[in-house]
Amino acid sequence: MSSPGAPGISPGISPIIHVRDLRKVYKTGKVSVEALRGVNLDVPKGEFLSIVGPSGSGKSTLFHIVGGLTPPTSGEVVVGGMDVGKVSDAKRTELRRTSVSFVFQKFNLLPNLTARDNVRTALYIAGRPMDHIEDELRNVLQLLGIEGRLDHRPAEMSGGEQQRVAIARALATRPAILLADEPTGNLDSTNSLAVLNLLRDLNQRLGQTILMITHNTEAAAFGHRTVHMRDGQIVEAPA
Amino acid sequence: MILRLVWENIRFRPMRTLLSVLLIGVPVMLILTLVGVSHGFMEDSHRRMQGVGADIFVWPPGHSFTGGSSAPLPEKSVDFLAKVPHVAQAEGVVQMLAGKLPWDTVTGIDYPIFKQMSGGFNFIEGNESDVFRQPDDLVVDTEFASEQHVHRGGKVKLLNRTWNVAAVVESGKMAHAFAQIAVLQQLDNAVGRVSQVNLKLDNPANVPLVLNELKQTPALDGYDIHSEKEVVDLTSADSIPAISVFVHVIEGIGVFTGLIVVSLSMYMAVLQRTREIGILKSLGATKAFVMKLILWEAGAMGVGGTIAGIALSFVSQAVLKQFVPESLPQAIVPIWWPIVLGIALGSALLGAVYPSMIAVRQDPIEALAYE
Repeated sequence: MSSPGAPGISPGISPIIHVRDLRKVYKTGKVSVEALRGVNLDVPKGEFLSIVGPSGSGKSTLFHIVGGLTPPTSGEVVVGGMDVGKVSDAKRTELRRTSVSFVFQKFNLLPNLTARDNVRTALYIAGRPMDHIEDELRNVLQLLGIEGRLDHRPAEMSGGEQQRVAIARALATRPAILLADEPTGNLDSTNSLAVLNLLRDLNQRLGQTILMITHNTEAAAFGHRTVHMRDGQIVEAPA
Repeated sequence: MILRLVWENIRFRPMRTLLSVLLIGVPVMLILTLVGVSHGFMEDSHRRMQGVGADIFVWPPGHSFTGGSSAPLPEKSVDFLAKVPHVAQAEGVVQMLAGKLPWDTVTGIDYPIFKQMSGGFNFIEGNESDVFRQPDDLVVDTEFASEQHVHRGGKVKLLNRTWNVAAVVESGKMAHAFAQIAVLQQLDNAVGRVSQVNLKLDNPANVPLVLNELKQTPALDGYDIHSEKEVVDLTSADSIPAISVFVHVIEGIGVFTGLIVVSLSMYMAVLQRTREIGILKSLGATKAFVMKLILWEAGAMGVGGTIAGIALSFVSQAVLKQFVPESLPQAIVPIWWPIVLGIALGSALLGAVYPSMIAVRQDPIEALAYE
């Protein structure tokens, strides 16, 4: 499956994310901005991959395309068997609902809901039967050590707690891929370390595939490998 | 879960919710008040008509139930009608328009005959010996007395004349104000004539028989002759075109106001929640889910506005009862509650369509970046 210029996978192992010659052009009026210029990447199942690069390098765009939030302009992007460039908006929505979950720098919890209801909402949208939701909820929250904050709203929690709830929400639907965009960007060093340890632990214990975007090379070191992006391309990608 | 999301959204911004609900509630209240007043008039009119004690009413040709009255019937017609088989008693009365409203009349009666037919007044202030001792004596009911702030012994200006309030009686007997029939006949330049004739039969079961008899009498050709039940039906609020049109106009205003209010409110809500909509989309929420969320919330506001409007209609009833019980009697008409619910819900959902389409079309990446 792997081919020259497609770093990150050993011959014979089927990647859960397969990207070939990915290009993305944003048009604003008469101005076109090429955010991705031929990205190739393979990510095997169960890998914890860090993507680093300066602002404007295209890592968030790659993240959004892999997560099905926006379609590519050209190229091949197969995520969990679905070519996101060739499917409808509804199919990409289904991908987000069933196979991919996000963790954001700004946590992005629904502010009017408690931690419990934030997680329940994700489970509900994913179509999980309601009678199983409480069990799944309890398992995830125990795993993340935030059972005691279940009935608090985001505004009543610390940044670290909010991010753990966001991770709980992302994991509750048992996604094949967890996409974390600067998950420690808004946290102090103690909470950053806790979240990174948590992600690594989830990867090791559950085999969770994780793609993490970060500016921080120390944070990137928590992953199995790190790819570097610049000017819309992967410039350094150890196999 | 979707209801919980809607409920939390509503709860999270209580002031916006409260204002939206009140703004929907006001036109609902206006509709209910208007309908209530039109029904109130009719209920009041029916109650007083029933208080007459008559089984059949006879009016001259061209009579209007809401157009006031004068006295074109010759008094001898009362004697003629009294001789019709099964008629136990006939009473001629004079009605003169005294106020701004068609049903605001002074009724001229011959008290002994009136008493015989209706059972007489229930006196609140004064007693039977006070009734019509002087030509300027006026008997008023409690609603008239309350609205005009008069008591027994007070003075009232009506029909270009100052009257002495001889007694205050319980409401529900034909009119709000009574004078001697002869005095009104003189005032109306209608000596020897009456406005209507009330007939009491020996047995109410004979009403169809007597009605048929009267309608076939050549001398009464063109006269409005109705049983008491027919009068009630003919004077229902729905049977008066002007009121019906007015109610429809207010309904239209209610729909339009509700639509604008909800549209604006939900548009604001969608803008405020741009990021939240982005979050839901990142979780895999479908367009239908997002649209459902907005429409449910709008629907909830419509229901809330209806409840607020119904509550406000009780307030308006209390206010009208306090200040103008005779001029604007307002009934509570529960049969209209589902109708106003339909109006409020319809306008709320219609008003939420555009905002929900904006929400559905939002790009999730832009929405997530929204500050």
